[in-house]
Amino acid sequence: MSELKIKNKDVVVPGEILATGMEFLPSYGTYREGDKIQANRLGLVQLEGKVLKIIPLSGTYIPKRGDTVIAQVEEILMSGWRADLNCAYSAVLGLKDATSEFIQKGADLTHYFQIGDYIVTKIVNVTTQNLIDISMKGPGLKRIRGGRIIKVDPYKVPRIIGKQGSMVSMIKTSTDCRVMVGQNGVAWIQGEPKSEIIAEEAIRKIESESHIAGLTDRMKKYLEDKTGKKIEDREPRSDTNAV
Amino acid sequence: MPFKKRPDGRSFEELRKVEAKVGVIKNAKGSAWFKIGDTEAYAAVYGPRNLFPKFMQNPKKGILRAHYNMLPFSGSGDRIRPGGNRRAKEISFVTQKALEPVLDLTKFPNAVVDVFIELPQTDAGSRCAGITAAAMALADAGIVMKDLISSVAVGRVEDKVLADLCYDEEAYEDGPVADIPLAMLPSTEEITLLQMDGEIDKDMLLKSLEVGKKAMHEIHKVQVQALKEKFGVGKNE
Repeated sequence: MSELKIKNKDVVVPGEILATGMEFLPSYGTYREGDKIQANRLGLVQLEGKVLKIIPLSGTYIPKRGDTVIAQVEEILMSGWRADLNCAYSAVLGLKDATSEFIQKGADLTHYFQIGDYIVTKIVNVTTQNLIDISMKGPGLKRIRGGRIIKVDPYKVPRIIGKQGSMVSMIKTSTDCRVMVGQNGVAWIQGEPKSEIIAEEAIRKIESESHIAGLTDRMKKYLEDKTGKKIEDREPRSDTNAV
Repeated sequence: MPFKKRPDGRSFEELRKVEAKVGVIKNAKGSAWFKIGDTEAYAAVYGPRNLFPKFMQNPKKGILRAHYNMLPFSGSGDRIRPGGNRRAKEISFVTQKALEPVLDLTKFPNAVVDVFIELPQTDAGSRCAGITAAAMALADAGIVMKDLISSVAVGRVEDKVLADLCYDEEAYEDGPVADIPLAMLPSTEEITLLQMDGEIDKDMLLKSLEVGKKAMHEIHKVQVQALKEKFGVGKNE
């Protein structure tokens, strides 16, 4: 006899029994112990057919190939730069991937990126020992100038961006700021000082309320109140649920 | 005078008042506050992050580092000398060993997870309060762990088996006393911490373990509720 112990989208804690019996299947964030399926991290349960998985609510960024991230240059190496990705491991940007220009042997690398610079970059490779290669070759990858950097929970990034970037573009249009959110939980905001603050507060609000249903509508109202501008409706959307 | 009644009027297997809260320290990745009677613990988790010195790194999996500290004013009046001492070092070590079995840090080779436990006020059972708070903080930090850890001290005073001793009971002078800090995985009842100070016979030890298990399940309920409350569960229902 299989029995589900929780409801879909419940918050569960490590060790909590999600289901008993062999009918359900454990997926990400869960494990089977005897005939029980238990959670192994804090998060929201998602039930897809017979598959149980957990959507984490917090955690450290785990680097993945292909992610666009915002990194800070922390060291200049013999033939490249070392950058901090806001995670447990640092990444290396090699000379070849840094720019399309030809860099002379023995050239001053600080000419391209100085220690402390923030860069929008892409992860090209992650090894099993978590050695990370990043590249600046691609559309939109560049050094960041001006604005402000804020750190958010990496697991909230998909909510801040929204479906097809709907949430972030709402913030952009209503505050007239340039906003970029890296997958590693580092965000960059640039605009008028006052609207920068509104954009930052909006992101903080998404971060703390992302697990409560109806986020898009609440954010729309919040931004309208703060900026005094009306946000036009995009095509009607039915899914405003969490995650 | 024989020991017939507990100094604070509790029944023998009753816990002191238990309270908990998660997410109390903004800067930390995860944090928790746990209070049992007059013993109070804060735990903050940072990481997984880069570990230095390099010789401490483990290329197979991340390591856990616990740091237990009693604040200078936390005792019963005498100022506690700040900084580490042998007692704090031992407790940090057993805390680490109590928490490690549930953690899965294989995804973070060479990295470290730091747990800082601070005690602003103590009245016996501080390592147990620390472990309980640390388990909640680790879960809040989103670390992969197969279960929480709940912890409590049990023991005996004369012929009575007690749960959650306070300092007056631990320091009882007119008869034999034993103080047994315990920690376990609530779902399997596997024990990860078992120490003892004092003297006890086999029957009483077995009985106190049973009492301890019951007490730890109660503490586990408080932990689960505190973790869920952070996300508004149980508030608007």
